[in-house]
Parts: sequence; C-alpha cells; structure tokens
Amino acid sequence: MTLTVTDLGVARGGIPVLEGLSFALEPGKALILRGPNGIGKTTLLRTVAGLQLPLKGRVEGAEDKIAYAAHSDGLKPTLTVAENLMFWASVFGRNGIEQALDGFDLQTLRDRQAGALSAGQKRRLGLSRMLVTGRPIWIMDEPTVSLDVNSVEMFADAVRSHLGQGGSALIATHIDLGLEADVLDVGPYKAKPPEIDDFDGGFL
Amino acid sequence: MIALLLRDLKLAFRAGGGFGLGLAFFLIVTVMVPFSVGPQSELLSRIAPGVLWLGALLACLLSLDRLLALDWEDGSLDLLATAPLPLESTVTIKALAHWITTGLPLVLAAPVLGVLLNLPVQGFLWLVISLLLGTPALSVIGTFGAALTVGLKRGGLLMSLLVMPLYVPTLIFGSEVARRGAEGMAVQTPLLLLAGISAASIALLPFASAAVLRVNLR
Repeated sequence: MTLTVTDLGVARGGIPVLEGLSFALEPGKALILRGPNGIGKTTLLRTVAGLQLPLKGRVEGAEDKIAYAAHSDGLKPTLTVAENLMFWASVFGRNGIEQALDGFDLQTLRDRQAGALSAGQKRRLGLSRMLVTGRPIWIMDEPTVSLDVNSVEMFADAVRSHLGQGGSALIATHIDLGLEADVLDVGPYKAKPPEIDDFDGGFL
Repeated sequence: MIALLLRDLKLAFRAGGGFGLGLAFFLIVTVMVPFSVGPQSELLSRIAPGVLWLGALLACLLSLDRLLALDWEDGSLDLLATAPLPLESTVTIKALAHWITTGLPLVLAAPVLGVLLNLPVQGFLWLVISLLLGTPALSVIGTFGAALTVGLKRGGLLMSLLVMPLYVPTLIFGSEVARRGAEGMAVQTPLLLLAGISAASIALLPFASAAVLRVNLR
C-alpha cells in the first residue's frame, strides 16, 4: 500500500506549478509538505487524490486508498453533526461514528446542526470524517486552520494512532504538529516558466 | 448510494432546502394563466395541456442550479469524487433526488391544477402519464446541464440556455401526448417517442454528466 509518486508535474489553471517531484509514502509514515503560498501544495494534493490529471509523471497506489480533506469540510449546515458523519460513513461503506466523535471531542455536539458550529468545531467535524472513511492514506490540506492548541493536539493524536495502525498521511501544513514525520519542502521543485516557442512565422 | 439519496432528500425538506420552490412556481403559472388569457373556458381547455407542460418544465428548470452547485460550494463534491461511489452513480442519485423533490410533486399536482384550466375529463389520465414519463428526462437532462456549469458562479443563466434546446423534444412529445389525450385522439406514437427519449436520457446522460463533472472538478 505504498503511495509512490514519480517525476510528477502538476499544473493549476493550465500553468505548470511544480515539476520533477518524486517521493514514496510507506505504511506507518507521514510526510509533511511545506512551501510558500501559491507554490502548488493544494494542486499537488489534488493530483495525488486523483481529482486532476498530472501534467506528467505517475501517481501509484492511491486508487481507492485515499481519504482527502480539502480546505472546505463538505459539511451540510442543516444536518446535525452525527448525521453529517453518518452520511460519510455509509458512503464509504462503514458504520460506527462513535470513535470519530470521541477522537475529536464531538460527543457533546452530536445533535447540534453543523451550521451552528464555530469555525474550529466545523474543522474538527471535517477532520473526524477521515476516521469514518477507513481509508489507509490520508491526504490533508492545511488541516489545522482555525483549530486551537488543544484541538491541534487532538488532531496530532488521531494522525499518530492512524499511523500506528499501519496507515499513512500526506499533510500540507505550516505548523509543527509534533509528529515524527519526514518533511518535504516543495519550493525547489517550482516549475520553470515555459519557454515561448509558439512564435508564429506565418505572420512575417 | 441510498445514503446519498436520503441525505439529498433530507436536505431538500429541511429549512432552505428548496423543496416546494418548483411546485409553488408551477402553481403560480397555472393559476395566473386564466387571468392573463381571459375567462374563455373553451380556449383554456384547448391550451391547458401545453400550459401545464410548459409550467412543469419551467418549474424543473428553476431548481436545477442548486442541484450540484451547493455541493460544489461546500466542497462535498470533491469529497464525493474521491469516495468509493462512482461519479456516474452520484449524478444518477442526484437526478433521482431532484425528480423526487421536484418532478414527482409536479406530477401529483398537475391534475388538481388541470381543473383550473378546464382540462377535458379524458385528458387527466394522459396528462399524468405524460408527466410521469417525461419529468425523469427533465431531471436527468437538467443534471447534465448542472454538471456542465458547476464551477461557475451564478451559472444559472448559462445552464438554462444550454438545457433549453435539450428540453425541446421532451416538451414537444410530452405536451403532444397530453393534448391528444385531452382531445380523445390516439396517443401511441408521441407516447412511445416520449418514453424513448426518457429511457435514452436516463441510460446515457449520467455518463456524460460524470465526464463533464470530472473535467469541471480539475
């Protein structure tokens, strides 16, 4: 179940942002992606998650193995916390949301509508979704945005226990989660501007 | 799949879910027509099948822009695309949920509103049958339009323009069935064509919708 990325090039809006990326993510390991804003971390994660095609290179071992957490949590404001989680659990063919509710301290909020949660609580609910998917590879984009210190610790614990069970995680973040993880700075892989070779001799 | 259907239905019935929007629009159109045309019962009963079908079609169109746009805005479409459910079945379920919350109420309300338009007695059965056969096609075609415009903010205008020509065959044969039924003529030919259009759209369009959705999510 190793996720292998070979010589990957990704583009956002038709413009190449990263190129020549290679890494392997083995079970039980976590990989932290770092890099300045706009370098293409989100694009990279979306490509690995299969939401967009790579410009070149290959992503192997991700098919039907990944759970993806984006900037937005995909919550329905008129459903309760438990209903939101139960929906995702059954989409992924699983049942039992108690572990996820416990893991992110959501038991007291379970019957509250998701629209009435604070930003941090919403994020916690969005992250707890990863626990109900049962997928081995977690791909997370800035998971700690709007979380307080305690919640970040809660999240780090969740990732640690996921890694302990043989899962793996690919996380783009700017803060130190206190995980034993490899760090990949994507800055050096910035794509070079394309050479202008569309000079049209016909106009001469 | 059942979970997605149940969630969509639950969302539609809860506050702000938009259930009843199409129905209310349909009601307004059919109630207003006698006022605008005038109280000539003979004329009304002649145009009743066409007006009812047009009202149902526009009511369907009205609720389409929420079909996928809401899921796209809150990010759940991305998450659904990475879920084990194939996008083809996701869009099929979405269309089914749209039909249950919009098309089916229209079918059930049409006979009641037919009375307001002085629809001839023998036309009621065929009106309901034609709507029952035709509205699923409206939902499936509409889902395709919604998938085409999912990334656009305020894509409703473009979507209506894209969907309108695709709705024409359904409208022609649907209202033809209702008209012939009301006039007591044979309905077999338009009925079969209507059923054929619905069957073909339900069978083929989910694949097209899923394909354009994949492109739009990139």
